[in-house]
Amino acid sequence: MSKAINTTIIPLKYCIQWMYKNLFSSPIDCVITLSLCLFITWFFPPLLDWFILQATFIGEGSEQCTNDGACWIFVREFLPQFIFGFYPEESRWRLVTAVIIAILFIGIQIVFKKKYLKILTPTLIASYPIIAFILLYGGAFGLDIIETHQWGGLFLTLVIAIVGIAGAFPLGVALALGRQSNLPIIRAFCRLFIELWRGVPLITVLFMASVMLPLFLPQGLDIDKLLRVLICIMLFASAYLAEVIRGGIQSIPSGQQEAATALGLSYWHTTRYIILPQALQHVIPGIVNTFIGLFKDTTLVLIVGLFDFLGIVQAAATNPKWLGHAIEGYIFAAFVFWCFCFSMSRFSRHLEQRSHLKAKPTTHPT
Amino acid sequence: MLIKQTTKLRAWLYQALFIIGIIGICWLLIDTLLGNLAHQGIVTGLDFLDNNAGFGVIFSLIDYNESDSYGRVFFVGLLNTLLVAGLGIVFSTILGFLLGIARLSHNFLARNIASAYIGLFRNVPLLLHLFFWYFAVLQPLPGPKQSLHVADALFLNNRGLYIPTLIDNANTTIWQYTIGISLIIIMLFLISANKRKSSATSSAKSSNISDNKISEKTNTKKGTLLLLFICVCTLLSIFVGSPYDLNTPVFGRFNFSGGTVIIPELIALVLALSLYTAAYIAEIVRAGIESVPNGQKEAANSLGLSPSDSLRFVIIPQALRLIIPPLTNQYLNLTKNSSLAAAIAYPDLVSIFAGTVLNQTGQAVEIIGITMLVYLSISIAISLIMSLYEKKSRWNQ
Repeated sequence: MSKAINTTIIPLKYCIQWMYKNLFSSPIDCVITLSLCLFITWFFPPLLDWFILQATFIGEGSEQCTNDGACWIFVREFLPQFIFGFYPEESRWRLVTAVIIAILFIGIQIVFKKKYLKILTPTLIASYPIIAFILLYGGAFGLDIIETHQWGGLFLTLVIAIVGIAGAFPLGVALALGRQSNLPIIRAFCRLFIELWRGVPLITVLFMASVMLPLFLPQGLDIDKLLRVLICIMLFASAYLAEVIRGGIQSIPSGQQEAATALGLSYWHTTRYIILPQALQHVIPGIVNTFIGLFKDTTLVLIVGLFDFLGIVQAAATNPKWLGHAIEGYIFAAFVFWCFCFSMSRFSRHLEQRSHLKAKPTTHPT
Repeated sequence: MLIKQTTKLRAWLYQALFIIGIIGICWLLIDTLLGNLAHQGIVTGLDFLDNNAGFGVIFSLIDYNESDSYGRVFFVGLLNTLLVAGLGIVFSTILGFLLGIARLSHNFLARNIASAYIGLFRNVPLLLHLFFWYFAVLQPLPGPKQSLHVADALFLNNRGLYIPTLIDNANTTIWQYTIGISLIIIMLFLISANKRKSSATSSAKSSNISDNKISEKTNTKKGTLLLLFICVCTLLSIFVGSPYDLNTPVFGRFNFSGGTVIIPELIALVLALSLYTAAYIAEIVRAGIESVPNGQKEAANSLGLSPSDSLRFVIIPQALRLIIPPLTNQYLNLTKNSSLAAAIAYPDLVSIFAGTVLNQTGQAVEIIGITMLVYLSISIAISLIMSLYEKKSRWNQ
């Protein structure tokens, strides 16, 4: 009997203790807790109502949305467009194949042993851009050419962000090395270049890509708008990457450099085999963070007339058949962006913690 | 010796080649540019700034009409950009500090709501925030006739937020003079008190007055001054009357008259910028506070300071040293992000100068150059101030 009472009372006691400690430890605490409770009861039930209880999930066309809640039919109707943009329907398998090949290549990295990877990794990294380009754009192996103005949706967002960061990487490394160089002119130039790109907003850079860049090209040479935007985004991202990588290079103890010099390694050998491998490993979380920033910033391309994910959502929301459903579209877009960015930021935090665990305990400055 | 010389020579050779390469590329680009401009019949130079603009701007802080020049449009845009940036900085700082402190609070609800907010707002693009507020919240609001209102003074509808304004009346001058004179007197008092205090502290060792007594004295003096100031204000309001008249907006036949309107574009932009940046500021504040060693808090507790006092006098001053550099960086980001105004047609620098003026004149190179230069000089100025601050705080350590 007493045992039974104990098991029921102890959780209750524990519960009250917890509440006292975490919710009502002081008068101010009580006020805060009560006002937040009021806020939650005022804010969440209508939200839940709108999202799920009163929402319409099944049906065809906007006429079916007679409830007060959200009209998720809108999202379902436009979902293929949100993902693929205006890419022709019969060619969408090409995008799916490109994604599957990418996953396959990453799988190979995980499955195979290090011995084979030494040759495999560079080949895969070198071949993927070519495979992807042929699949997406076409023009070889009997694949139709699909012009870039038909690209759009989440697919375009991913293309811009990934090509942007991958293209910016070599330039970023070069700029970071240049900023740390012993040659004063190269150092000054790299510093100027980095500060220049970091000091201006991305929109002005995109405006530059769409209006100013064509003026610098010789007559008759007409570069595709997407390519122009990609070039400018690469230059923009390279400046940010350079600062991240510079942090990694500076974090390497100078003893490493001195030891390499004492062994008689040249500058390029030291950089290639001693400095960069360590520095890049240090800054992977920083690179992921830069990528998250760039991924969110790709939405700005809609201002110069490219239909990225948000651009397509915006276009669908102004569809005369579906007026007044902008909110559902935005919430869906926010959800997708949130999923991508949140998982990446968790990934970068995980990497950071792992590298902290690996690092030797350092003495804290007092 | 020889080896050293050759290395040096080689270094200079590389750099010379580099410079020649850069100059060559620049020359090539400029040559094509000039050729293209000549082909399109565009005259280079900044003369276009004096030309007549001929378009209206929905919101301007300085007088502007259609017959003004493109140069004036530039200033209208610049001021609008600075206005948005200023408002955004104020609101995001307030909200960010609140959230950052709530994130570390003992209160279970406050802590979790703050961290949910940060997780939600940081991981969604700013442009999406902006679209949400502008297209999904502010535009579907009812028209002026059915506008939402608070106490018949604030009206919110799809044309913006109508707020009362202050207008001068007969008493304004008297108020302005009295307040001005009393402020000057107070300033003089404070300056003289400070001087006396510093001279007293330097001679404190010889005479037997303790530091504490002096600061207590000045504190009471400050209190008296404040009281006197409040007395002056109450006397004025009793005998003279209120300094301004309130001009509340009133709905007429088609629209509101009186008061002033804050356009929905401005509201959406300030809301999006401050809510988004606040999430970043909250993380900075949290990291800053967490970096203060726990021993400091314990020491403050054992000295008998209350939690709020220990936060105010022990934790925050130490945390601020770590908070301020990344905080300025966020302010800089906010200023640059204010250029997203172009997406909802708020007339900022990018939207009307790099947008409308560029479309009308076709002077792409000059206009983009000027726009970039403005942002660049803002960020270089702020980073210079920042590096000075960092140097100073390092010396103090």
